[in-house]
Amino acid sequence: MVRIDGRGDGNSLIRARGLGKTYRRGGEEIHVLQGLNLDVDAGDFVAFMGPSGSGKTTLLNLLGGLDVPSVGSVTVAGDEITRMSARKLTTWRARHVGFVFQMYNLIPVLTAFQNVELPLLLTNLAKADRRRHVETALAVVGLGDRMHHYPRQLSGGQEQRVGIARAIVADPTFLLCDEPTGDLDRKSADEVLELVDRLVREHGKTVLMVTHDPLAAERARVVLHLEKGVLVDTVTAGRAR
Amino acid sequence: MKYLHLVLSNLFRKKTRTALTAGSFAVALFLFGILAVVDGAFQQGVDVAGVDRLVVLNRVSIIQPLPLAYRDRLARIAGVTQVTFANWFGGVYQDERNFFPQFAIDRESYRQMYPEFVISDAEWQAFLGDREGAVVGEALAERFKWKIGDRVPVKGTIFPGNWEFNIRGIYRGKRVQDDTTQFWFRWDYLDERKTFGKGQVGWYTIRIANPDDAVRLVKVIDEQFANSPAETKTDTEKAFAASFVKQMGNIQLLIMSIGSVVFFTLLLVTGNTMAIAVRERTRELAVLKAVGFSDAFVLALVIAETIVVAGIGGAVGLGLAKLFTLRGDPTGGLLPFFYLPGSAILSGLALALVVGLMAGILPALSASRLRVVDALRRI
Repeated sequence: MVRIDGRGDGNSLIRARGLGKTYRRGGEEIHVLQGLNLDVDAGDFVAFMGPSGSGKTTLLNLLGGLDVPSVGSVTVAGDEITRMSARKLTTWRARHVGFVFQMYNLIPVLTAFQNVELPLLLTNLAKADRRRHVETALAVVGLGDRMHHYPRQLSGGQEQRVGIARAIVADPTFLLCDEPTGDLDRKSADEVLELVDRLVREHGKTVLMVTHDPLAAERARVVLHLEKGVLVDTVTAGRAR
Repeated sequence: MKYLHLVLSNLFRKKTRTALTAGSFAVALFLFGILAVVDGAFQQGVDVAGVDRLVVLNRVSIIQPLPLAYRDRLARIAGVTQVTFANWFGGVYQDERNFFPQFAIDRESYRQMYPEFVISDAEWQAFLGDREGAVVGEALAERFKWKIGDRVPVKGTIFPGNWEFNIRGIYRGKRVQDDTTQFWFRWDYLDERKTFGKGQVGWYTIRIANPDDAVRLVKVIDEQFANSPAETKTDTEKAFAASFVKQMGNIQLLIMSIGSVVFFTLLLVTGNTMAIAVRERTRELAVLKAVGFSDAFVLALVIAETIVVAGIGGAVGLGLAKLFTLRGDPTGGLLPFFYLPGSAILSGLALALVVGLMAGILPALSASRLRVVDALRRI
């Protein structure tokens, strides 16, 4: 269940209240997000759409603890992340958020295996356990046979799937995908979207995705539109429709 | 250890740049090693000087002699336990470039005064029994491939004429830094043949019973010979050696100056290289932070990379310097103690790591302060 009216029942996995973000450029104040409310339940697949500059990525950054709001609060699984120190927030991100970026953002000098292993280096898992987790994550994204390849030896779609494996390897509470298909051809984009969809359906993951692509948004259960920093409507879409 | 591959893989990202940066360290540390060797060569006399030995010179100048008669007067001074003397010869063996120190020594007392120079009794007796006998250090013997029984012609410069000596013994040093490039022959042979300054010696070396008494004895000795035709200037052997080094100029200051300029330049070059490396990886560092790596981790990662480069480059440079010194003195005798000690290698390595740390700290700080949102928005 996704609500934007601020009337969630308090059991939501992600809850934003009165969220606002204002940047100051020169003497001018730019209100990127204004008084935004959002409730997302566990297992939801939400797409955010809207024109450039509408605040989609900013919203994702606030929900993922990469940025702090000017006003309002974000609570995830009962933890109000907007009250956390930067240090605590870093630890929280490692445990609860999986990021998937438009440009994949793999480390080029590390193999697919090593890229996926990165979040696990922050845990106390033994080397053998880390290996098992990484192999499982790469198997989920269908790249079990490419684990020793470097990013330059992979196609764009494969790179993004490695990025998704990295996002899920530590079994985070939810995934944030910022234009995950924005740099891919249609076929690769479909493969990646199918994978994300499968993570939601088969593994019960909660996914929040920013996209410009209507076909990508079709995959989500709910599409939210942002305009000038305000969530304007909710559309039930895709498979849930 | 689980992060080691992160450090190493980043170093191999731009192999040429890493090699050049490590190469800068190697060159700088090679230079450091050689400067340390040169400094050690100049300081060697000071370092090995006996604490219980004083040197008595002519007050006017080191090249002015003292009367042989002073020997007995010095020996009678309370607190003096031993007296010996020597004279600088300054001859040329085959070619002027074949420089080595030649001393005409008092055969009766010189060996006892310098127990750090070791020679067998049989060889010493052979030396005492031959008026033209000579004892040479093992480094000198090695340099000219001399062996016992060889006859060595030396052309006198201060004391004109062709002088010939028979090698009767080869001494070695007890410590690695003991000078084994000296050539000794009998002072009585010199005094017999020289055409001027008979009954004169170059300087005296005395041993005192109590090193703490040195200041008082220096005063007593110089007062004893005050207002005489040959007034004395007495010093500890260490001070004498140090003043000898000073005559060549302030070697240590020169070495420090060269070293400082080189390392400051290295600091700037490496700092700039690391700053570029960090800038190129802004997005990757932001991703590391996004997935949960702390600011402190990013700081440590960048510093570790610089320190590894500095350590590898430094080790290579110091290793090359050590190899260079193993070939021995390249100056033909001016720097007899041409040796890179372990302490200098450790100091050099520590210096490389400190420079690495300092060069990496600013780029590392800027990396650690990176805001994930800003960094991901760039490019």
